[in-house]
Amino acid sequence: MKLFNKEHAIPQVDSKTINDKIPDGLWIECPICHNAIYRSSLTALKVCPECNYGFRLKAHDRVKLLASSFTEIDHDLALANPTFPGYAQKLEKAKALTDLHESVLTGIATIKDAKVALGVMDSSFIMGSLGSMTGEKIVRLFEVALKEKLPVILFTASGGARMQEGIKSLMQMAKVSAAVAKHAQAGLFYMTVLTDPTTGGVMASFAMQADVIIAEPHALIGFAGRRVIEQTLHEKLPADFQRAEMLQTCGFLDAIVARQDLPNVINMLVKQHGGQA
Amino acid sequence: MNIFKRELTAAQTVKLAREDRYTARQLIDGLVTDFFELHGDRQSYDDPAIIGGIGFLDGTPVTVIAIDKGVEFAEKVQKHNGSPLPSGYRKAQRLMAQAAKFNRPIITLINTPGAYPGKEAEEMGQGQAIAESILQSMQLTVPVIAIVYGEGGSGGALALATANEVWMFEHATYSVLSPEGFAAILWKDASRSDEAAELLGLTPKDLLANEVIEKVIPDQKRFDRLASALRAELTATLTKYQALDGEALVAHRMARFSKF
Repeated sequence: MKLFNKEHAIPQVDSKTINDKIPDGLWIECPICHNAIYRSSLTALKVCPECNYGFRLKAHDRVKLLASSFTEIDHDLALANPTFPGYAQKLEKAKALTDLHESVLTGIATIKDAKVALGVMDSSFIMGSLGSMTGEKIVRLFEVALKEKLPVILFTASGGARMQEGIKSLMQMAKVSAAVAKHAQAGLFYMTVLTDPTTGGVMASFAMQADVIIAEPHALIGFAGRRVIEQTLHEKLPADFQRAEMLQTCGFLDAIVARQDLPNVINMLVKQHGGQA
Repeated sequence: MNIFKRELTAAQTVKLAREDRYTARQLIDGLVTDFFELHGDRQSYDDPAIIGGIGFLDGTPVTVIAIDKGVEFAEKVQKHNGSPLPSGYRKAQRLMAQAAKFNRPIITLINTPGAYPGKEAEEMGQGQAIAESILQSMQLTVPVIAIVYGEGGSGGALALATANEVWMFEHATYSVLSPEGFAAILWKDASRSDEAAELLGLTPKDLLANEVIEKVIPDQKRFDRLASALRAELTATLTKYQALDGEALVAHRMARFSKF
């Protein structure tokens, strides 16, 4: 007896084959407001049209959006002998992905008509983690700024310490702080723009040491990781926890500025702090 | 020559560092006389995880700022097992500024698994508090000596270790994160913490070789011997630094960290 007729069964197609026929990533979901956004409507700014969340940007793309001119410094500065197992390969992969040798891009830029020393961290380079050469590049940026009497504008994006470099990574927090202090003692302007995500050791050092601290909407900013806190407290944290809006309410941010407004706001702030017109 | 003294593994050092062999109060009383504790951050709270105050080290007034884990259970809960709150770091900042005003050297005693990771701690600006502690200590015009006497956990320790010299007890650790956390991130397996401890290079010996610290304080069977040896080291070192003016002290501290 043939109870089930196999001939009429729906042909089983491997789900992988089906997905192959639909192009990937036509629509993307905003991680904050969960609206579906048609990818091509994002433009180069990569800002959610609904909630103004700024998607993560590569450092070079950020500089293109921000500056009318940019001269990179210390492009080739890189860690000479990564000894930690698997670290050298990880660095190579990150370099190929970002066109950087470390997790920060530094140089002298013109934003509108203001000349500034500009640093942009790249979260796609080992999560923007703070390696010793990341610290070194930021220190040298401050030194150039001090010599040329320029303001420093630093875009932070970092998951925190660079695990593979251990205690050397921790020491970068103090090393960069020394450079911040020297620059500040000369009466020069330092401003940070905290972008998604700015956490851990970067947040607990130079991100929070600026004269003016602003953030992009909904950027994740915090010291301890969400999971660590939830495990310590045994309770779920609210969705807006450690977002820029919460930090501003708590008194730790001067302002939240949408990505499209950043060039004007930076230019204005530089002028208000006695920078070149 | 230590023929019979076996060398500890990193994992064994981690275990010893967490044994609370010394309390902050015990060390303070061993180092200074007439210790007078100064409470509060003058803003919101008096974090019991940080004990700060003034005492005489061989007759010279010094400011002592110590992280304390506490001994009794209730005390450990109050002190979050030596994990300071933002208000704790702000109390430290207040006492450091006061020390600079009165030209008193600063001694910090560190034993913390890290800054407290809590909801309120984040809302009160844990990251900002640490950032400010580092920035402020970097610019202090008085000598600062930091001593890690147990765990030196990450940014929470560095906030009080931005010093002219950093010393460690023989059975102490100083690292960017805990071996458990390191193993969890690296291998998604916190139980491999012993392996992680080796890789982290967190023992005083490793850190001395990497010039992250200047001195290892050998352990002693008797506390009074440990205290008097430490007192002698501190007095000699502070005398050396007090010959420098404020500007030179800041430059020395900045140079110390710029080499990394």
